[in-house]
Amino acid sequence: MIQSPSLPWAGSGPTLQVCCVPHEAMKVTGQMLALEVDQLKKTYANGVEALKGVSLRVEEGDFFALLGPNGAGKSTLIGIISSLVNATSGEMRVFGTSVQRERSMAMSYLGLVPQEVNFNQFERPLEIVVNQAGYYGIPKKIATERAEKYLRQLQLWDKRDQPSRSLSGGMKRRLMIARAMVNEPRLLILDEPTAGVDIEIRRSMWEFIREINEKGTTVILTTHYLEEAEELCRNIAIIDHGEIVEDTNMKQLLGKLDIETFVLDLREEILQPPRLEGMDIHCRDENTIEVSLPRSKSLNALFAELDDQGFHVTSMRNKANRLEELFLRLVDKGASS
Amino acid sequence: MSQPNSWVGYRTIVRKEVTRIVRIWGQTVVPPAITMTLYFIIFGNLIGRRIGEMGGFDYMQFIVPGLVMMSVITNSYGNMVSSFFGAKFGHHIEELLVSPLPSSIILAGYVTGALVRGLMVGAVVILVSLFFTRLEVQHPLIMVSVLLLTSVVFAMAGMVNAIFAQKFDDIAIIPTFVLTPLTYLGGVFYSISLLPEFWQKVSAFNPILYMVNGFRYGILGVSDVNIVRAYAIMLVFAVLLFITCMTLLRRGTGLRS
Repeated sequence: MIQSPSLPWAGSGPTLQVCCVPHEAMKVTGQMLALEVDQLKKTYANGVEALKGVSLRVEEGDFFALLGPNGAGKSTLIGIISSLVNATSGEMRVFGTSVQRERSMAMSYLGLVPQEVNFNQFERPLEIVVNQAGYYGIPKKIATERAEKYLRQLQLWDKRDQPSRSLSGGMKRRLMIARAMVNEPRLLILDEPTAGVDIEIRRSMWEFIREINEKGTTVILTTHYLEEAEELCRNIAIIDHGEIVEDTNMKQLLGKLDIETFVLDLREEILQPPRLEGMDIHCRDENTIEVSLPRSKSLNALFAELDDQGFHVTSMRNKANRLEELFLRLVDKGASS
Repeated sequence: MSQPNSWVGYRTIVRKEVTRIVRIWGQTVVPPAITMTLYFIIFGNLIGRRIGEMGGFDYMQFIVPGLVMMSVITNSYGNMVSSFFGAKFGHHIEELLVSPLPSSIILAGYVTGALVRGLMVGAVVILVSLFFTRLEVQHPLIMVSVLLLTSVVFAMAGMVNAIFAQKFDDIAIIPTFVLTPLTYLGGVFYSISLLPEFWQKVSAFNPILYMVNGFRYGILGVSDVNIVRAYAIMLVFAVLLFITCMTLLRRGTGLRS
């Protein structure tokens, strides 16, 4: 298991009452905005308009999901925030500091875990993390202590002197997290940090990131695993075709789901699907049905009606993650409009 | 939070660069030592004995400053272009671009790395030359200052090349088609007084001529060019390249989309 992080500066900054509270009940109470994006536009040299006036607010202490299909503009937005991409127009501030006018200061608040591996694969993990600390002005002694702390927490300490190219995919991703954490950023941006990582490591990484957030670091996460966003994030923005199509909190967004689809396994084989008023039901196979249940109907009512008609349910699951259903609807709506 | 300590950042880049130079010593220090040994044996010893004197010195002594400068130029340029383009190609330049380090520190760090390699190789070549001839340095300050200025100029030129390069071919074109001819025609192996007047005038447009002769003046006390003019030309190149590098780094040309 990846060990829990401990941030020395946590608690010394603006008050954040988020520690040791179950994540669903947590409220963001930060005094300032970690990120403000105003009318951000980006047109690449080849004419592709990646961002069409994006505006976004992320509160200090938030765990924020930035979702969108491939090519929607997520990575461009993250690239501009981390100053890897030049904006065509628009304003951006990290903890009130303009990225365009006070780049050095703004960048000192930031930690970035990019989508692609971008460390020198001929260097060793310890060297990579210590050097990154140096770029943030952290003296070598402290840098080495911090590197040890984060490499240990991310289960990479034993690999510290191996060539980093010999690490597995999951280890490389964890190394990038350790590298991003070494300057103990106030805003951590994770661009698909768990892509291609096995489920056990992924869950360990969730725990690690969640605890970093609980200790005060604002986290922005992009991911294609929507259950990951639903599990971790409190607020969410969905970007599509360079525009924000949804910007709300997770509960409100999930509340918009008016129909949920469940897959039910039945004890007996059936030839015809049951007919229930107000529900769309069809057979997957002779023992399995799919039920589209409107929010107005409860699961109790569904089971009662099935029982009345002699159908006995042995197990049930969601056809898709709730956020996934909403995401597809929002993105489809964007595509068709 | 206060502004990050740029001095630590500078030292980190230099440490990283020097570690790289030492780690791949077989590619960085050994080849110039072997090449220059061959130059000393073939041009200095075998052919040089038949040439006799040049500029009042035996031919071996005459070519030592030129060969040292040739190594310094090639290695300062090569170190910068391969290290910076390698970082760009492998995307680990992003480690620096997302950091709070100002462009001036990034430039200073990489230039110092190139300077270290240039000086290391220059020292190796001088050591090798001592097996073949005897050197009495006439103007040590001029020798050292010309060496440093030349290394810095070509390090920054290497950075411009690396910034614009898109593929590995692009970092080989300038050394092959520009640097090598200019170096060979820059008075490394001959005094331009041997050339017809027209070619002497053409040679005057070659900046490497001033660097080689400035260094030769520092060691041997003779030069084909005015030493003040040599300094002026090196300084002008240094300032122009500094402005170019800083402008490109600040704009993010070739580095930020």
